[in-house]
Amino acid sequence: MMTVFSLSAWAQDSQGYKVGDKASDFKLQNVDGSWVSLSGLDNSKGAIVIFSCNTCPYVVAYEDRMIELHKKFAPIGYPVIAINSNDDKISPGDSFENMKKRSKDKGFPFAYVYDKSQDVIKTYGGTRTPHVYILNKEGNDFVVKYIGAIDNNYQDASSVTENYVQNALDEVMNGKKVSVESTKAIGCTIKWTKKAE
Amino acid sequence: MKYLAISAPLLMFLLDVVGDLKTNERQVFEIIDFDRFESMTMEKSEKLRVYNFWATWCAPCIKEMPYFEQIQEEDKDIEVVFISMDDGRKPERVTNFIEKRNIKSPVYLLNDVDYNKWIDKVSEDWSGAIPGTLFIKPDGLRSFFEGEVTYEELKSMISQLK
Repeated sequence: MMTVFSLSAWAQDSQGYKVGDKASDFKLQNVDGSWVSLSGLDNSKGAIVIFSCNTCPYVVAYEDRMIELHKKFAPIGYPVIAINSNDDKISPGDSFENMKKRSKDKGFPFAYVYDKSQDVIKTYGGTRTPHVYILNKEGNDFVVKYIGAIDNNYQDASSVTENYVQNALDEVMNGKKVSVESTKAIGCTIKWTKKAE
Repeated sequence: MKYLAISAPLLMFLLDVVGDLKTNERQVFEIIDFDRFESMTMEKSEKLRVYNFWATWCAPCIKEMPYFEQIQEEDKDIEVVFISMDDGRKPERVTNFIEKRNIKSPVYLLNDVDYNKWIDKVSEDWSGAIPGTLFIKPDGLRSFFEGEVTYEELKSMISQLK
């Protein structure tokens, strides 16, 4: 069937969170079978939510850095929560079973949860993997403080000159305004579930 | 500039690989930096230029590539250019792909991983996910589509821009 586009419809819909918005909670199943939610995090001051997957080379390049972020920031209240939202019919490598395998093989110390309905990524406005949302707990709210990339060199951690996530977290923890609130990076498109024809 | 920093053995290798594309001897393949890409897009052209951002490992990108090639074949008023986001340290992945799939449109590997510095300069409508396609009209007007297209969708976008 011929799809007709109007030029205005091309523009990316600007749905999803912006820095400063309150993030809604979710309840998603972890690879260990438990259920993970923001409100259920023990002693947390926030969270580093990362839309991720098993299959994207950019994610693979960042997995060790995601582990390091969790090891560094989870003990001080900001655990990594990796969320896979890819449709496993379109991308079988991103099935829940394969998530369990990837988590075990890499020894992920963080929660790796499955957003099968894609409701969470649509609410957040994630478009690619990896796509980071830093949340800071303010009262009972989780406020978005940063949206974007982990750093500015996926190929080589030792060549990074801008540690976006670490810098943003340092600023948040010191009560400062985040100086670089959002960044863009090349990433893998989300494998969206096809609407029934 | 960065693209001049290709080592001599690598350059020889690239020339060799591209020279081997016998079925398609005029195939263009080059590793470029963002400045070079930007100056390409600023050049004057009578044609509607279609820059498709892709990578050899990106399944939806590979699925849609034949539609770009087909429409280029059918419509000489457009100019299709493929911009690879592959790892610049492993250009053979791209040259092997070009050869195996017999890609006819020019292919450039944009080797600059400091993405946040340049994605907005391509288009503010692009989040960075690939595939994505930049259209530049002869008058310089840009539009960007992020995501995979079908043949019909691409044809429709092009006809609206002409």
